[in-house]
Amino acid sequence: MAYSDKVLDHYENPRNVGSLDKDDPNVGTGMVGAPACGDVMKLQIKLGENGIIEDAKFKTYGCGSAIASSSLVTEMLKGKTLDEAESIKNSAIAEELALPPVKIHCSVLAEDAIKAAIEDLKSKK
Amino acid sequence: MKLPIYMDYSATTPVDKRVAEKMIPFITEDFGNPASRSHAYGWTAEHAVEEARRNVASLVNADPKEIVWTSGATESNNLAIKGIAEFYSKDKGKHIITCATEHKAVIDAFRELERLGYEATYLEPEANGLIDLEKLKAAIRPDTVLVSVMLVNNEIGVIQDITSIGNMCREHNVYFHVDAAQATGKVDIDLAELPVDAMSFSAHKTYGPKGIGALYVRRKPRIRLQAQMHGGGHERGMRSGTLATHQIVGMGEAFRIAKEEMHAENKRIKTLHERLLKGLTEIEEVYVNGDLEHRVPHNLNISFNYVEGESLIMAIKDIAVSSGSACTSASLEPSYVLRALGRSDELAHSSIRFSIGRYTTEQDIDHAIDVLKQKIGKLRELSPLWEMFKDGVDLSKVEWAAH
Repeated sequence: MAYSDKVLDHYENPRNVGSLDKDDPNVGTGMVGAPACGDVMKLQIKLGENGIIEDAKFKTYGCGSAIASSSLVTEMLKGKTLDEAESIKNSAIAEELALPPVKIHCSVLAEDAIKAAIEDLKSKK
Repeated sequence: MKLPIYMDYSATTPVDKRVAEKMIPFITEDFGNPASRSHAYGWTAEHAVEEARRNVASLVNADPKEIVWTSGATESNNLAIKGIAEFYSKDKGKHIITCATEHKAVIDAFRELERLGYEATYLEPEANGLIDLEKLKAAIRPDTVLVSVMLVNNEIGVIQDITSIGNMCREHNVYFHVDAAQATGKVDIDLAELPVDAMSFSAHKTYGPKGIGALYVRRKPRIRLQAQMHGGGHERGMRSGTLATHQIVGMGEAFRIAKEEMHAENKRIKTLHERLLKGLTEIEEVYVNGDLEHRVPHNLNISFNYVEGESLIMAIKDIAVSSGSACTSASLEPSYVLRALGRSDELAHSSIRFSIGRYTTEQDIDHAIDVLKQKIGKLRELSPLWEMFKDGVDLSKVEWAAH
């Protein structure tokens, strides 16, 4: 299958790969997906004093589109408030990466990861 | 080195140049219909077809009269399975047996027969991919008409013990079909000795052209089958349709070369296989799929744990291989063959099939090993599963949010 240039770019040069301290009260961790389904995303966000997301990191087990979706999401999240972050829709991710229909679920998973990370962060407050 | 390096010989092989050269005159000059009995064009074509038939028969030690031309192994499998079942079910019954790891052309022919009122048993192989004879014995019933088992598996390369399976079928008076599409030129096949009633062949897995295959149908004792393609009564009524002379000539030449060169070639491929296996198993957390002893050296199916197959294939785009994971389709299903071996979903999703052949070089193997080592490392850096594994988390105990 031919991937879009944007998917290839994120796949070849993934942004913000890594982990944040999951026990930090300002860090929210979202882990979604399942190995059985062929993709698992771990997304972490760190909230600054001003209520703005100052850092985001990811690790993803999955196809190129899943890796690109999570990489893109970390870029989108930085500088946003939690409310703004929560409003990121999978369609925006899919559109930005020009995902084909069979890969839309990767963007859905990325949206789920954002929600899970925010939920985790809120539960710590 | 020509990139991408072709390591997908189990999907198809290039046509050997010697084969292509032999085929060409039969497209443009000697274009006659082999069924034309009234002129030299027809005779020339018929002569070429019969020479090819002898070459195909010779590779597997059969009588040329036992070889029926088809469009490929898929058609051969369909013709054998449906043809034998339909012909003999009136006397024998409507139960058929195969293995869960067979090629789709066998599995789907079985499903079609099920739709027509047959009852099918799909044997689960052992973890090494081989069939337990005791399980086969237990599955055979008085109304079993046909058993179909492949000789060499297309995904994992294991070689089934078709001698023992065939003997068991003989003992119980059950017809036995073998899909040998992946076996010709790789393992010795002696149909004068083997207790096999029908065997499927393909040209394009053995350096011949696509679109041509053959079905061996035993004559002593004579096996009958119901034709699936009706028309001019070609191939003694078993498969109608004008013979594709150039394709047949190609298959004949490919099989002639296979017979002549297979032993030297397989020795060379075994050395390459060992080199590849040694190099790749230096990587942490890799698992070879399928029995290591009862397998053809042409295939190495290996799971790189904690790395997803499709992203790995993307990472190693300079190497043309297959993934055991069908993520590229909409189904998101890991390989049913690896699942049947009892491999976990993760390992099934993480598998790559390397298949090597006539034109694979030592440099190709070394390059592949280098690329794999580098890319596996990179993808594991990206993998949350690898991180969890390194932290000592038991992944089987994690409650995943399946989607």
